[in-house]
Amino acid sequence: MAQNAQWPDRQASRYLGKDIPRVDGPSKVTGAAKYTYDIVLPGMLYGVILRSPHAAAQVRSVDASAARAMPGVVAVLTDIGRTARFAGEEIAAVAAETEEIARDALKAIRVDYEVQPFVSNTLRGKDIPDRVGEPQVNSRGEDPDTLWALAAAVVEGEYYVPVREHLSLETHGVVVRWDAEDALTCWCSTQAVHGVAGELAAGLGVPRQNVKVICEVMGGGFGSKFSPGVEGLTAARLAKAAGRPVKLMLDRYEEQVASGNGPDAYMRCKAAATSDGQILAIKADLFGTGGYSRRWAVPFPYSTYTVPNVRAAMHGVQTNAGSQRSLRAPGHPQGCFLTETVVDELAVALKMDPLEFRLRNVRGGVWDQQLRLGAERIGWSRRASLPKSGRFRRGMGAACTTWGGGGRGGSVCEVRIGNDGSVWAGIGTQDLGTGTRTYVAAIVAEVLGLPIERVTADIGKSTLGNSGGSGGSVTTASVSPAVMMAALSARERLAQTAAAMLGVPAGEVRFADGNASAQGKSVSFAEVCAKLPSGGIEVTGQWNQALQRGGVGGVQFAEVEVDMWTGGIRVIKVVAVQDCGYYLNKLATESQVIGGVIQGIGMALLEDRKMDNGTGRQLNPNMETYKVPGSLEIPEIDVLLFDTHNQVTGIGEPPVIPTAAAIGNAVFDATGLRMRRLPMTPKRFFDAQEGRMV
Amino acid sequence: MNNFAWLEPKSVAEASQALKQGGAALGGGIELLCLLKDSLVTPASVVNLKSVSGLNGITANDGVEIGALATLTQIAQHERIRGSYRALAQAAESVGSPQLRNVGTLGGNLCQRPRCWYFRDPEVHCLKKGGAKCFAVGGDNEYHAILGGGPCYIVHPSDLAPALIALNASVSTNNRAMPLEEFFRLPAQRMDSETVLEQGEIVTGVKVPAEMAGWKSYYYKARERESFDWALSSCAVALRTSGSSVQEARVVLGGVAPIPWRSKEAEAALRGKTLDESVAEAAGRAAVAMAEPMSENRYKVALTRNVVKIALLEALK
Repeated sequence: MAQNAQWPDRQASRYLGKDIPRVDGPSKVTGAAKYTYDIVLPGMLYGVILRSPHAAAQVRSVDASAARAMPGVVAVLTDIGRTARFAGEEIAAVAAETEEIARDALKAIRVDYEVQPFVSNTLRGKDIPDRVGEPQVNSRGEDPDTLWALAAAVVEGEYYVPVREHLSLETHGVVVRWDAEDALTCWCSTQAVHGVAGELAAGLGVPRQNVKVICEVMGGGFGSKFSPGVEGLTAARLAKAAGRPVKLMLDRYEEQVASGNGPDAYMRCKAAATSDGQILAIKADLFGTGGYSRRWAVPFPYSTYTVPNVRAAMHGVQTNAGSQRSLRAPGHPQGCFLTETVVDELAVALKMDPLEFRLRNVRGGVWDQQLRLGAERIGWSRRASLPKSGRFRRGMGAACTTWGGGGRGGSVCEVRIGNDGSVWAGIGTQDLGTGTRTYVAAIVAEVLGLPIERVTADIGKSTLGNSGGSGGSVTTASVSPAVMMAALSARERLAQTAAAMLGVPAGEVRFADGNASAQGKSVSFAEVCAKLPSGGIEVTGQWNQALQRGGVGGVQFAEVEVDMWTGGIRVIKVVAVQDCGYYLNKLATESQVIGGVIQGIGMALLEDRKMDNGTGRQLNPNMETYKVPGSLEIPEIDVLLFDTHNQVTGIGEPPVIPTAAAIGNAVFDATGLRMRRLPMTPKRFFDAQEGRMV
Repeated sequence: MNNFAWLEPKSVAEASQALKQGGAALGGGIELLCLLKDSLVTPASVVNLKSVSGLNGITANDGVEIGALATLTQIAQHERIRGSYRALAQAAESVGSPQLRNVGTLGGNLCQRPRCWYFRDPEVHCLKKGGAKCFAVGGDNEYHAILGGGPCYIVHPSDLAPALIALNASVSTNNRAMPLEEFFRLPAQRMDSETVLEQGEIVTGVKVPAEMAGWKSYYYKARERESFDWALSSCAVALRTSGSSVQEARVVLGGVAPIPWRSKEAEAALRGKTLDESVAEAAGRAAVAMAEPMSENRYKVALTRNVVKIALLEALK
């Protein structure tokens, strides 16, 4: 069976490959769904963390005596951290009867800091030798410095993509309850229930099997929620010390300074192309910060193009700012923006249509096909006739994307069918917001020929069968094959019973519309279940490599209008051609692409974590000044699902990658102004126009 | 946030008394909640002005009178205001988001504190909070003042104020009335507040004079995010015209100075002229002729020049 398993033809399917409304949609919009934030337990206390106000400091001493003496304060920990490497690093913690009392208690804790010098930004740190790590050099072909003379066009420039934040609407946090001396239950807003269970067990010194992690629904993670974090371990320690459950959810300030970010990328680059429109060579020095660690790199030049001769040196810069974490396609949007801007500049320098130049340089046929498709869809031929003078000017730009998206082995799904006809499918994955619960139910419903409402999909618990973290766009291609195999195995058992009832060979039984049928005879699903051996069916399914595949390409085209008087950029339309393989839920797949494009628009036009060089503190740790798109920033988004094969592939990440680059190239097309620094705000517009660059 | 008493005065006099004893005035509550949460104010009591009746009306007889508790949505949707005092309706409609406009009030919009990110950081003790220096000087001053700054370089965040000053509005408090233009104070004049209000003094409303209904007005606001943002630079204009000739002009800038900034220079550049693109451009240049940009906000000079131009050209339409 494993060899022959395949996804049903979506022409003939009831659910798979169709638009499937989310099974948990109604509970989310009515507020019935319980997020970690909503969990309230009897006797529960509220935990809060004291954070360093200084960007760099050693703690000499902590005096929490006044805090301990406050009525309502139940537990105080003064040993969370002794070194502050950024403003916001954890020092001490309090658990109290209310969050208000806990926050008052924090103010009563006296910390004696020895304040130290700090560096807040890459652009300053890159020139301070002891803040810069050993370069990592991406090298192939000849040294570009020996090749410039062969080029028909050479471009040079400085570029900058700032640090961006995840900005999950539900902040990081947990509710922890100790069930025994060495056993606990943890409700956690996470994208990895099994991973968090493992980290809690290791961090607290309790057996892994005694840790139960629950995440029924969660409000976004984007790569920042794989671990319980300092806040999770601290809550567990507070709960232990207090002998009562503790809830500890970060507030918005904490979320923005201390729960991860996507690193920046500064680049000085020289690039060349030949007269026949081929990229010849790229030489670049890149700098970026992952926070205090000097580990940093972005994929440059981005792998969608053939660049025969490369020397690109990556320098990690140590700064006193919060640490990087994976952020939806880690490194790729940065690498893509830098590469696609340079590619566009080369095309312009050669006086070649940027689309034609891309077609000559993309690394494979998939982008070739998609570029042609996308160009037709947005109307690339209209480009020359768009207004290019006066106050409002219009232009178009393009960019390519690539990602893995294949599954990982190890996922195990269990399907149980009761004699009463009830159907349950359980797997220890979680729904990051991508619709995991819905396709778990839909696959089982499809295979068993049942309405989706008849299937209970149980996910978000570390006590269920193993599955990995939801990152790298691997979830769907890891989870769905295991669910499919479990469902097929359950159907095989059902078919045996049905066959006996109908007096036909098991191989002829078909399950559809709530019935098992063969040779014109039919029994209901419930009747078959009633005749199952006592105890019903309990089967498991393992990941099946043949049902999934990795490696996706995609392209996006943007059309923009630029107000030359204000520097205001309005995105009019984005066409997203996205390689996706066999999509399980068309509605959710398109929704992923739309979400990626919107996040990419934020990167292009708004998002910029600002660290103050003087105080070492983040200037915009809130959603007022760290800006993301609102309803008026969202254009028409035309999604083309490009399905060239019959295997499941993850696409959570690829659609966020090329949007900013496509918009930047469209702005150049409209205005002749190359904006090499993101975000493209009115400030950056006038700075670029008046020659103020990075 | 500290604990506070909740007071519901039944009259302006009672409210004034409560404010004198360390209370903080609550209109829509948006700004006060921000200030409380960041511990920028720690009042003994919160004085709910909404318990005082009669402050939330809009009366259009001889000009238009707007009570301090009228919401931004009420102002934006008021038929007479939309018809006769267009800049004011446009300014009200440009504030925040629909939710904020539904609760935000006229009084709160005029009395809100600066959005400066150094001022709003509870850990930063800046000039405005009694500290020794303005952190925007030599710091990240991308959103700070290019006109009227020093020694503190905040910008005034109100959208309504430039529009009301362009429309020559007066403001009333519980013990005086004055042209709204005289209501605001530069940091060089007063550091602890952006207005002339004394302790216990409450804005009760504004009045736009009847003759302004004959003027052409417009409010234009440039911002980074159309959905919800403060002005990078904004401009309210009101023009008394005869044919296409400008007899008299009032030009007020927002987002570029510590107070709503009346540009007499731009007004002079318009007087007696036939308003076309080059005259509008000249008025824009005049408005920023005295600008002193800081290290990161040079862009505001070109932007403001064009914002003035846009407001003027749109006013004629």
